[in-house]
Amino acid sequence: MVLWAVVAACGKPYGYGVIDVRGVSKRYGEKLAVDDLTFSVAPGVVTGFLGPNGAGKSTTMRLILGLDAPTSGTVRVNGCAYRELSAPLHEIGAMLEAHAIHTGRSAYNHLLALAQTHGIPRSRVEEVIELVGLREVARKRVGGFSLGMGQRLGVAAALLGDPATVILDEPANGLDPEGIHWIRNLLKGLAAEGRTVFLSSHLMSEMAQTADHLIVIGRGRLIADTSVAEFVRRASSDTNVRVRSPQASELRDVLVRSDVEVQSIEGGLLEVSGLNGEQIGEIALRARIVISELTPQQATLEEAFMSLTGDSVEYRASAAAGEESESQSSENVGAAA
Amino acid sequence: MSATETLPAAAAAPSRAFTGRVTQGHVLRSEWTKLWSLRSTRWSLLFAVVAMAGLGVLIAAVSMGRWSHLSPHDRATFDSIDRSLGGYHLAQLAIGVLGVLVISGEYSTGMIRSSLIAVPRRLPVLWAKIAVFASVTFVLMLASALVAFFGAQAILTEHHVNVTLGHPHALRTLVGTVLFMTATGILCVALGTIIRSTAGAIATFAGLLFVLPGIVDILPSEIGDSINPYLPSSAGGAIAKAIPDAHTLSPWGGFALYCSYTIVLLAIAAWLLVHRDA
Repeated sequence: MVLWAVVAACGKPYGYGVIDVRGVSKRYGEKLAVDDLTFSVAPGVVTGFLGPNGAGKSTTMRLILGLDAPTSGTVRVNGCAYRELSAPLHEIGAMLEAHAIHTGRSAYNHLLALAQTHGIPRSRVEEVIELVGLREVARKRVGGFSLGMGQRLGVAAALLGDPATVILDEPANGLDPEGIHWIRNLLKGLAAEGRTVFLSSHLMSEMAQTADHLIVIGRGRLIADTSVAEFVRRASSDTNVRVRSPQASELRDVLVRSDVEVQSIEGGLLEVSGLNGEQIGEIALRARIVISELTPQQATLEEAFMSLTGDSVEYRASAAAGEESESQSSENVGAAA
Repeated sequence: MSATETLPAAAAAPSRAFTGRVTQGHVLRSEWTKLWSLRSTRWSLLFAVVAMAGLGVLIAAVSMGRWSHLSPHDRATFDSIDRSLGGYHLAQLAIGVLGVLVISGEYSTGMIRSSLIAVPRRLPVLWAKIAVFASVTFVLMLASALVAFFGAQAILTEHHVNVTLGHPHALRTLVGTVLFMTATGILCVALGTIIRSTAGAIATFAGLLFVLPGIVDILPSEIGDSINPYLPSSAGGAIAKAIPDAHTLSPWGGFALYCSYTIVLLAIAAWLLVHRDA
């Protein structure tokens, strides 16, 4: 009956996102790998799926691809349960972290066998091999491939069906700088073609390069669902402002209040916390103090990530989830328009 | 996270020069490619063919060479059909191991995830694996069995103990041997799907077909004789013997029982494949 309900609902305009994860939990024995996770991946943008190792990213991707069944909640791809898709390779191309490839087969035959399940022609197999630059080794057994070649083969498999959505689990993992450069350009290319890209990483810096939107999880729970800019801004909101002034000691006296802390870094340079640049500027003007430099110490993406996924994961998760729902909706309207 | 309703459905897919969808026929072609693109397949099948076609001929040649040393009783009970098809015991081992590998090889390498992402309904993969592997086994083993039979009979003419396919039980035994091996192949695909580990599934296959009979053999005979006919090896082997042993089922009755065991295992395998996390 449950299965029938899924079949019946599939195909109706569900329309929240390309990938829709709703209240999903996944338990493996004692371990709760994913805990009541809800998010959606908007069409036509690059969404980063971020979290420390073991946060549940791979599990979530396996749930999206129907490899594992959620303990509770629903996962939909283009409005359907993945298992109900009649041509999944055309709808969503996937590359999983651990190579899902038989090491005894050649790259060409691996791709051919996958293509044949959908009746995709051999010419397309040749095309994706060319696209990822594996032509020289396409007839060699995958067992002898380097990590980078394996990643390229994984990308080729993901692109085989020319899908509108591509999901990649840790595509940069274990790659050398050249490989990372290649992956980065490939992702930009995919995004420029208007494809939806959903990629996971535990490296914030990778996301800063490529993603428009971020889904951050920690210990299986949602920490943030926000644009990259908003994520950094929010993480830096309680950071310091550096003020340089020839009248530093006078400025210090007028700024100090019970909730404001002022530190002297060196002669003429202060670091203020508890006030933003605008407020500092106004106070200085009223006191007729000259300011020669006013710099908010913006957190890097990496720092923002660290501060959000640090020890206080449990506490921050609920706060962030409630606060984020509104900005998420406006984000999505923007992306859709 | 409820304020996302304003989002329209998925962006239009890029236009592409090809479209397709998953059908049982497509998955069959994919499994055909998968089977033949592995070295282990080619070696296992070559081994099975050589064992099936060659061993019977070899046994016939040795028997003819030693004919003058055989006791009158041995000469009187010499079974020209069974001798010529004796290679199946060895060939079956290769078929069983390959049957396990057809699916367990995907689990050990992680390929199964690619397979199930491409065919998320899953069961078409199992049916296609079985259809491809069973037909390849049947065709190759039938050809090898014919070579073994006619080759051996040609050698057995030396002492005029050769038979033709028209001989009672000859055709049934020959086809039955091939059917028994094919069913074993299917049974092993089911075992591989259930157990997923290559070593575990091969051990189970060997235990069922080769070890269990030995254990039943050392039981007191009144117990052993009542259990023995229903063992997978005895039930399936009945059809591969020209003259049935005492305490065994009829050839086709035994084979039907063996097929029932296979179908039960296959049903378990199918259920697990659909319901288990991959």
